[in-house]
Amino acid sequence: MPQIAQIAETYSSQIFWLLLTFGFVFFVIGLGMVPKVQGTADARDAKISGDLDAAKAAFARADEAEADYRVRDAQSRAAAQATLVQAKAQAAKASETKLAAADAEVAAKIAAAEARIKAASDAALAEIETVAADAARDMVARIAGVQASDDAARNAVKAALAHG
Amino acid sequence: MAESGKIDPMHQFAIEPLFGTDHLSLGGFNIAFTNSALYMVLAAVVLWIFVIGGMKRELVPGRWQMAVEYMTGFIKNLLIANIGDKGRKYIPYVFSLFMFILLANLLGMLPLGLVGLHPFTFTSHFTATGVLAIMSFSIVLIVGFAKHGFHFFSLFIPHGTPALMIPPLFLIELVSFMVRPFSLGLRLFVAMTAGHVLLKVLAGFVINSANASPALGLTVGTASFILMIGISALEMLVAVIQAYVFALLTSVYLNDAENLH
Repeated sequence: MPQIAQIAETYSSQIFWLLLTFGFVFFVIGLGMVPKVQGTADARDAKISGDLDAAKAAFARADEAEADYRVRDAQSRAAAQATLVQAKAQAAKASETKLAAADAEVAAKIAAAEARIKAASDAALAEIETVAADAARDMVARIAGVQASDDAARNAVKAALAHG
Repeated sequence: MAESGKIDPMHQFAIEPLFGTDHLSLGGFNIAFTNSALYMVLAAVVLWIFVIGGMKRELVPGRWQMAVEYMTGFIKNLLIANIGDKGRKYIPYVFSLFMFILLANLLGMLPLGLVGLHPFTFTSHFTATGVLAIMSFSIVLIVGFAKHGFHFFSLFIPHGTPALMIPPLFLIELVSFMVRPFSLGLRLFVAMTAGHVLLKVLAGFVINSANASPALGLTVGTASFILMIGISALEMLVAVIQAYVFALLTSVYLNDAENLH
C-alpha cells in the first residue's frame, strides 16, 4: 500500500502542496469570489421577494380601488335616481298648473263664444220676425186690400212661430 | 498484492515526483512536485475556472452562473440547516472544502488511462485527507474555545446527566470528540481507496481472463467488465457523497462549536 509504504518520503510534500493548493482555493476562491457569487444570488432573492411584495401590495390597492369604485358607483346611482324622481315630480306639477291655466282659458273662450252665438241667434230670430211680419202685411194687403197694422202683423207672426 | 499477473491494483496510489523535482526541499523537508501535487493543482485550477464562470453577477443568470450559484446556495443551505443563520460565515471554508474534495474525487475518476496518462486521486491518501480533517477539527476547536472559553467542555456532558455519571460520560464524550478528525479523514481515504482498488482488481480480471483463454475472457471477462461499468457509476456517486459527508460533518461539528448543545 503506497499510502503507508511511501509515507516517510512523501508526507512533507503532500502536506506542503495540499496546504498551498487548498490555501489558494480558500483565500482566492472561498474568500475572494464565493461571497460575491453568493451576494449576487442573495441580491436576486431579495429582489424577487421585494417584487413579489410590491405586486401583492399593488393587488391589494387594486382591490381597494375597486371596492371604492363600487361604493361610489352605488352612491351616484342613488343620487341619479333621486334627481330623476324629483325632476319627474317637478315636471308633473308644472304640466298640471299649465293644464289648469289652459283649461280655464279654454273655458273662458268657450263661454264667450257661446254668448256670441246666443246673441247672433237672437238677432237672427228678431230679423226673421220682422221679415215675416212685413211678408204677412204684404199678403194681407194683396189678398184683403186692407192695411194691417204693424203690431197686429207682428203678433200674428209671433203666434205662428210659437206654434211652429 | 502483485500476484494477479502483472497488474498491481495498488500501483495507482504510488506517488512519483514529476519534472525532476525529487530533491526539492524547504527547511530540510522534501517538497517534490509529485503526481499527487499535480492533481491538487488541477483541482484548484478547475475549481477556479468554474467559479470564475459564476462571477458575471448578472441578475438573470446564464447556465454557468446558475451552476456556480447552485453550488454556493447548496453549501449555504447546508450550513443554515445545521448551524442556523450564524452558519453563513463558514460558507467560504465549507464551499472550498466541498468543491476541492469533490473535484479531487472526480478528476481521479477520469478515464485518462485511455490516452496513456495516469489519473491520480489524492483523496485516497490519508496524508492529504488527514490535513483537511485536522484543519476542520482545528477550526471547530478554535471557534469553540474562542466563543465559549472553558464552558466549551460542557459539550461533553449531555443535559440531565446525574452527578455520579458525569466523570465516565465526560471521558466517553471526550474520546468520541477526539476521534472526529480520524473518522473524518479516514472515511474519505478508505472510501476512495476501496473503490479504486475494486475497479483495478476487476480490470485485472478482464485482462487476465482474456489472456488465459477466449472462453474465460468471454465469460469471466465480460461479467467483470459489466460489473466495472456499474461500479464506475457507483464510484461517481461515492465521489459526490464522500465530499458531501465531509462538508456535512464539518458543519455538524461547527454547530457544536457555535451552539454547544
